[in-house]
Amino acid sequence: MTLREKMFWVFGGVIALLAIASVAGAILGKRARSDSGRATVDNLKARVNAWWVMIAVLAVTFALGETATLVVFAFVSFFALREFITLTPTRPGDYLPLLLAFFVILPVQYLLIGHDQYGTFAIFIPVYGFLLLPAVATFAGDTHEFLERSAKLQWATMITIYCISYAPALLLLNIPGYQGSNALLLLYLLLIVQLSDVLQYVFGKLFGKTKLAPLVSPSKTVEGLVGGGLTTTLIGGALYWITPFTWLQATAISFVIVVAGVLGGLTLSAMKRGLGAKDWGVMIEGHGGMLDRMDSVSFAAPMFFHIVRFFFT
Amino acid sequence: MTGAAKLLVGAFPRWMGCAPEPTQRIYFANHTSHIDTVAIWAALPIRLRNTTHPVAAKDYWGGGIRSYIATKMLRAVLIDRSRSDPNANPLAPLIEMLKLGESLIIFPEGTRGSSAVPGQFKSGLYHLATQFPNAQLVPVYLENLHRSLPKGAVLPIPMTCTVRFGAPMALAAEETKEAFLERARAEVIKLAGNVKA
Repeated sequence: MTLREKMFWVFGGVIALLAIASVAGAILGKRARSDSGRATVDNLKARVNAWWVMIAVLAVTFALGETATLVVFAFVSFFALREFITLTPTRPGDYLPLLLAFFVILPVQYLLIGHDQYGTFAIFIPVYGFLLLPAVATFAGDTHEFLERSAKLQWATMITIYCISYAPALLLLNIPGYQGSNALLLLYLLLIVQLSDVLQYVFGKLFGKTKLAPLVSPSKTVEGLVGGGLTTTLIGGALYWITPFTWLQATAISFVIVVAGVLGGLTLSAMKRGLGAKDWGVMIEGHGGMLDRMDSVSFAAPMFFHIVRFFFT
Repeated sequence: MTGAAKLLVGAFPRWMGCAPEPTQRIYFANHTSHIDTVAIWAALPIRLRNTTHPVAAKDYWGGGIRSYIATKMLRAVLIDRSRSDPNANPLAPLIEMLKLGESLIIFPEGTRGSSAVPGQFKSGLYHLATQFPNAQLVPVYLENLHRSLPKGAVLPIPMTCTVRFGAPMALAAEETKEAFLERARAEVIKLAGNVKA
């Protein structure tokens, strides 16, 4: 199968799934009686509708090619960073480092990926961003909670720019026998991470009884985690034909992606709740903000990238 | 320009106390940055933008590119804060606009504050309220913008800002100027929810 045919099949499958979800939402909407039941169905419908939009954006992005993919992910980082900074209390003294994060660090990180600079892209934020953001903050002369404020700047840039940028960085990898197909690898990552989130939600709604972490992420259940996680792992294995992996490797790698995604969801959920919010933002109807959709990706993308780079290039 | 404003600060409208209707209104909001005017403007539906005019200070918005943005793009009414002619009523251009049935966006503090809640209101809002009892007075709270563009800064830090429109209020019978202005200010603060000052 050619790259184009594989893309076609994967997107076709996703569209079929979404169509089923839309029909299911319509049926459930007619059957819902209680107020809470109706609220759940309304949220489900909003989520499915938002998925249609996100899939459309993704399809157009892939069709346009590598540069478009980088630009779209740069905007994803931009919106995620905007949400992170909105929820994080900052002081006027943080103005300069924040400006640096949005208008210098973010574009430079994506330009480095666009110019194939693996060596620099992988250390740019963990070394230079890490050291220079707090250094620039000292110019304002405000020492109030300086360590906490530095940590906020560092976490904001690491999660929303650095970690998310690992997803489009998959396009850089030079995998023998897989040249020119890296877009599929990116699609594979996004598919597994998001499918894992969706299936955990579905299994949780159907069979969920035991709360996994009631204070950190109230909607996550053990049944959802195990059911959704294992199903996703198996689907990830079955999709080995769009990757450079064997089915066994694909299953193992999917498992890592799922686990990383869960850890990302829990960590960022703890963070937003610590900041007093339920959602990171309001951009995506039914889902919350950009970061609510990208939390698992931010953990899974770097791990997936380095596993592939270590074992397959 | 509204596109750029939305990209930078979101400007998500929240119609909490009223719907976006074409009735004559005086929107009054807290003022913390130069981006406030554009943010409220961007939060209004396009059909209301034609008949809603922000009020801006002549000393800042009166010249060069700012003047172009204010008068041509935002269709703003410029107000003379410095009272260069002591006999002229600084509110005169606003009164003219309201007589035409148009709506206004005003910042009754008269100047930019730096905290999340507004400072004392100047009396302009009261004078307009007495002369135009039929115009709805709509409190507006701009969230987060004081963090996005602190005084003296030029480039705004991207932030998700909501523009909260409250329930219309009116001047009560025999209400004193001070009581009315304090009540109007309290309405804006109420929209802020439990933010830290």
